[in-house]
Amino acid sequence: MKRDLVTSAIGMLVLTLALGLVYPLLVTGIGQAVFPGNANGQQIEADGRLVGSKIIGQSFAEPVRGKNGKPQEKEGEALTKPDARYFQSRPSATEGGEYNASASTFSNRGPNSKLTEEDDAEALKAYLELNRPYDPSLTRAQVPVDAVNTSASNLDPEISPANARIQAHRVAALRGLPLARVDSLIASHTSGRGLGFSGEPGVNVLELNLALDRLEGRAS
Amino acid sequence: MTFYGWFTIAAFAVALTVLGVPLGGYLAKVYSGQRVFLTPLLAGPERLLYRVLRVEAQRDQDWKQYARSLLVFSLAGWLLLYFILRTQTLWDFTGLNPTGFHSGTWNVTFNTASSFLTNTNWQYYGGETTMSYFSQMLGLTVQNWLSAGVGIVVAVALVRGIVSRSGKSLGNFWQDLVRTILYVLAPITLISAIVLMSQGVIQNFSHYLTVHTLTGLPQTIAMGPVASQEAIKLLGTNGGGFFNVNSAHPFENPNGFTNFYEMLIVLIIPAALVFMYGRMAGNRRQGYAIYGVMMFMFLGAVAVAYVAEAHGSPAQHAAGLNTHVIAGSGGGNMEGKEQRFGIAGSALFDVVTTVTSCGAVNSAIESFTGIGGAVPMANLSASEVIFGGVGTGLYSMLLYVLLAVFIGGLMVGRTPEWLGKKLEAREIKLAGLGILITPLAALFCTAMATADSAGRKSISEVAGKGPQGFSETFYAYLSQANNNGSAFAGYTGYVQPNAGNLGAHGITFTDLLGGFDMLFARYAPILFALAVAGALAGKRVTPAGLGTMRTDNATFSVLLVGVIVLVGALTFFPALLLGPVVQGLTGRLY
Repeated sequence: MKRDLVTSAIGMLVLTLALGLVYPLLVTGIGQAVFPGNANGQQIEADGRLVGSKIIGQSFAEPVRGKNGKPQEKEGEALTKPDARYFQSRPSATEGGEYNASASTFSNRGPNSKLTEEDDAEALKAYLELNRPYDPSLTRAQVPVDAVNTSASNLDPEISPANARIQAHRVAALRGLPLARVDSLIASHTSGRGLGFSGEPGVNVLELNLALDRLEGRAS
Repeated sequence: MTFYGWFTIAAFAVALTVLGVPLGGYLAKVYSGQRVFLTPLLAGPERLLYRVLRVEAQRDQDWKQYARSLLVFSLAGWLLLYFILRTQTLWDFTGLNPTGFHSGTWNVTFNTASSFLTNTNWQYYGGETTMSYFSQMLGLTVQNWLSAGVGIVVAVALVRGIVSRSGKSLGNFWQDLVRTILYVLAPITLISAIVLMSQGVIQNFSHYLTVHTLTGLPQTIAMGPVASQEAIKLLGTNGGGFFNVNSAHPFENPNGFTNFYEMLIVLIIPAALVFMYGRMAGNRRQGYAIYGVMMFMFLGAVAVAYVAEAHGSPAQHAAGLNTHVIAGSGGGNMEGKEQRFGIAGSALFDVVTTVTSCGAVNSAIESFTGIGGAVPMANLSASEVIFGGVGTGLYSMLLYVLLAVFIGGLMVGRTPEWLGKKLEAREIKLAGLGILITPLAALFCTAMATADSAGRKSISEVAGKGPQGFSETFYAYLSQANNNGSAFAGYTGYVQPNAGNLGAHGITFTDLLGGFDMLFARYAPILFALAVAGALAGKRVTPAGLGTMRTDNATFSVLLVGVIVLVGALTFFPALLLGPVVQGLTGRLY
């Protein structure tokens, strides 16, 4: 018994240092030396300022301003509306506003819950209202599920190609670009399946929007 | 459903088997003390550790000594982890608490310490809103390693007891633990951490990053040493996420490839241990027969989950959503699922982590359809023997094998024999108790939490109406009893109005009930498994005769499936019917 106590006490200290300190430091050393971009979260800069992480979703909304030009608030949170010139990410239900990447959370919307239905119906309506003016032939059945449902992390950086192609009509019209040009931009920002089969193709929204901004910068 | 979805599932089963067989051979060598290719590299550190820990590695232990070492070591681990989490602010001088999080409250910390010690990794906290880097590394990551090691050595000890030809020895706990860490966990963990970083999993000690998005809104992005924890979290079937949303977070699981890789390292050791058992028993077919059972039940669970989730949920249909596959979208129930994994990648991951004691999630199980959510519950109801956790899966399965041999023996009217050893009343009683402990803990705690108003406080507002509230409660205690750790995440033992523990408090009833649920359902079966090993270790081996019931063929596999399903179904059917099955059979909204 005494022997077990001594070994356990020494063991916990030694193993804590080895597995809890040396090992993470070793991995950090390798990561910072070999994959510094990845290890630090694939930060993206544009116009000399940090605009986000490539693999963390963000909101492309703008503050709603009142008649006096001041940003409006509702229940302590800044009121925002989609900036229609940008592709929009999936709906997000993080606390403290959409795409709060310091507090990821599940939405936990149940499959048989009235609240889920209400959220879905509202998101579907909003999506149609945003996009139908630019694509009158758009029907409810064409709207892909990812455009309406919240993701698991609520930080999903991607949308489905179908979602992007619907939004392309709006973005092309508002930016005065040919639809084919925007569609080819979507195609070049669509990532394939892992190993050729694992997962679903997705369009990285931040990179796509950055590419759009760069395109305009060059044109003007 | 898509071709790629089914192909992913098939490719996964093949990859697991192809990698599991050679790793099983490697494990058999490691635990019988033979040389392996890493011996020249690791023999030095191994000897050094024995000297530092004052272990006489050659000293054989009988089952009681083995169990005592294990329990004392676990107690030391619990105390240290509880201390670290409760004194989080004490370690601010290391610079590893850049966000300035407060120390945990006593009740949540009791739950968390018990959770990580028992390989459950149930989380009543959000990683990036409460835990400092110091706590994540020196507290939680360490138990990710050690709880995995403890599970594996119990399985090894049980196998030794079953196959031993003489004496009462089960080996030496300390030697097994050191070898598990050095020869098994360390190499695969290190490689996995590097693979994950190469794909975009982060590893740094930076402050949380503040950026201004394209439209000028501020966004704060949580950082941290994620890859080092992620690798052992999966390999050791721990499952406690660095971030609140676990493997759904892009920094933990950035793409379709990492999703596949992460699933593989969850199941690789549980699968390899089965092949190891066949080798150590001197008849590989013994392992294949069990592997067949596991794979059969696993694929059945995956198929049901995939079909159910691809169909979509009643709430989606009521809202007028089209859940079919269309050009450029996989359709299905995408509520609580990431685009890059899709339906198949989410359903498969869910089954992989609920048949094992991993419990990591890459999608919100609470948002799964009724039947889709019934699948993880059914997996848990089978007491984690479909591959199961590292070690726990094999030792729990071997108890079922013992029971199946006994029942088979009764059916053909002969004295039951297993690998040449007569099974007698003592072993059957111990195995029976070992099997029934986990369901008992799960159902007892569910009943307590459902009956008592204190327990109902933990049910989420969204699920407060209809069968979902019961599902949340049942899942919570079922998951904790099976040391799984996945959740219908609306159920909570923690109220946190603001990030950083300020004003946060735990729900004592829920935290304590869950904590005891985990501890009891971890250590009681371990003791029964070791006792069975002790009882079998000394038995004389008689050569197999004509009348011996074989345990290495398909007939036995079918019998084993039957026993597992029967025990699980008889125990859990009423509870499963009340929750997920009701939801699955109705289109009604609550």
